[in-house]
Amino acid sequence: MILFIPVILPLSAIVLLLFSYRRERLQQLISIVSMGILTLLAAYILWLVMKHGPFAMQAGAWPAPFGITFVADLFSAIMLLTTALLSLLVTIYSTGFLDRTRRKAGFYILIHGLIGGVNGSFLTGDIFNLYVWFEVMLISSFVLMTLGAEKKQLRGSIKYVVLNLVGSVIFLTAIGLIYGKTGTLNMADLAVRLRESEHIELINSSLMLFFIAFGIKAALFPFFFWLPASYPTPPVAITAFLAGTLTKVGVYVIIRFYCLFVISDINVFYYLVMGIAGITMVSGVLMAASSYDIRKILSFHIISQIGYMIMGLGLATVAGLGGAIYFMVHNMLSKTATFMAGGLMYKYRGTYNLHALGSIYRDFPLLAFLFLLPALSLAGIPPLPGFFGKLFLIYGGFTEGAWIITSIAIAVSIITLFSMIKIWNEAVWKNPPGKETGMQKNPLPPSAFYATIAMVVLIILFGLATGHLSDHFFEAGRQVLDAGLYINTVIK
Amino acid sequence: MLTLLAVIIGFLYAASIYMFLRRSIVKLVLGIIFLSHATNLLLFVTGGLRIGKPAFTDADGSVDLATVSDPLPQALILTAIVIGLGITAFSLVLVYRFYKETGTVDLDELAENDQS
Repeated sequence: MILFIPVILPLSAIVLLLFSYRRERLQQLISIVSMGILTLLAAYILWLVMKHGPFAMQAGAWPAPFGITFVADLFSAIMLLTTALLSLLVTIYSTGFLDRTRRKAGFYILIHGLIGGVNGSFLTGDIFNLYVWFEVMLISSFVLMTLGAEKKQLRGSIKYVVLNLVGSVIFLTAIGLIYGKTGTLNMADLAVRLRESEHIELINSSLMLFFIAFGIKAALFPFFFWLPASYPTPPVAITAFLAGTLTKVGVYVIIRFYCLFVISDINVFYYLVMGIAGITMVSGVLMAASSYDIRKILSFHIISQIGYMIMGLGLATVAGLGGAIYFMVHNMLSKTATFMAGGLMYKYRGTYNLHALGSIYRDFPLLAFLFLLPALSLAGIPPLPGFFGKLFLIYGGFTEGAWIITSIAIAVSIITLFSMIKIWNEAVWKNPPGKETGMQKNPLPPSAFYATIAMVVLIILFGLATGHLSDHFFEAGRQVLDAGLYINTVIK
Repeated sequence: MLTLLAVIIGFLYAASIYMFLRRSIVKLVLGIIFLSHATNLLLFVTGGLRIGKPAFTDADGSVDLATVSDPLPQALILTAIVIGLGITAFSLVLVYRFYKETGTVDLDELAENDQS
């Protein structure tokens, strides 16, 4: 039963929120309480998995290949806890950050829909059920993105909506084809049948369709154009939410599917994944280096960092996957924190444009540090988690002898540092452009400010505790790689 | 029957891609509708076509596998149609709202707007 609660809880919170639609204080209280319970619950599930190993639950007690299965292994439990923590902090952040109209227009309801979909995608062991959770997540994100209906928001949303819908339809097509070929939709059962099949190469067409569908969701190289068009347009609290969760679900599913279903033609997939990882890293970071808007720079960095995670997958070793999982957690926290700090800068100065910003360090040093720490973490400076994430991946790459991709990863991380320093120089350090008196110094909303501080403290603690935690991440990588373990967990 | 369905599905996919390549956003929405219908039909075919055989058990609960259709694809299509309905409704509202705000449904003008 416990595995279904992370989905049921947000969905029941939606019902409560709808009943208190006109009373915003009550809505805030319900949201924060339900996100808090979700965090505790995710921590409990993680503890259960660490103690007893992966476990599965069947909806309605239908035995495994027939009913809908929910599975928790270390990877999904870690992702569950990270998402819950992140949503709790961003919810607190947005109570002070978002304007009244958006908060009243159902913001709290939509984030619960989003989180319900994300949790479902992490836990489900059934492909069609995964499609349904994807849709729950996507529809909530569509509405979140258009909330407020400003002109540029609508313009970005059209690209976002259309490309993601095409992705969903490709996903559904792949589901249809795979059901026609194998007659099963349960992921563990499917993995068994593929391993027993004599004509294993027939699966490749479906696998490529899956790869394209999830590539669109995860913003991989040829499919990422919706992300820079749409992510910078809504208010930063919403972008922080989407940036932390949506693309990472895509990466999660790619990793899960790759480890379970890629059995034949491993070399082809290896070069495909590695090539795409390299190009994604490079193109994302180059676009970031050429932008002058904080939100755009940070959005392009999302793409670049996705490349690192996919690189860890391509290595397909315990070190590579453990590194990729560590990197995902680090990225969800650090990325969200940079967005939150960037949003605070906007509140303080009234603009996102680097040309118009300046001298935040002189006027408000704490705010400057709130941005600096997660930014350095993204660039990979010790002892922040970004350093260890890249260290694990680069170490994994060199031990595998993947010289080219590893060199690209190192070069990209230097350019990342460059574009973070650019924000630092322009927004924080340089003298204000124009007249001194023209610079705004607006008061910051306290809830948003303290939520950002909590996020940054969390990142520092996560980085410092890496020595104790890294074994668990490598164990998670081992569990993901071991398809037999997954199969045995689901089908007793 | 299978050939006919295959031709229809292929035609729907082709039509939807043609619609995606047009400049008008309204046609983009039509393209989405065609695409989801094509996929729903594809799902229907994957269960195998058994003409005149409903996906029901007999009155006493026994099942003769030779005489029933596979119920799972039909359940999948039902879900997919409902999701498709919601998404179509949302994208229609989005396009309408976009037209209200910008006064155009032309994607090329949209790109020019992006520059400014």
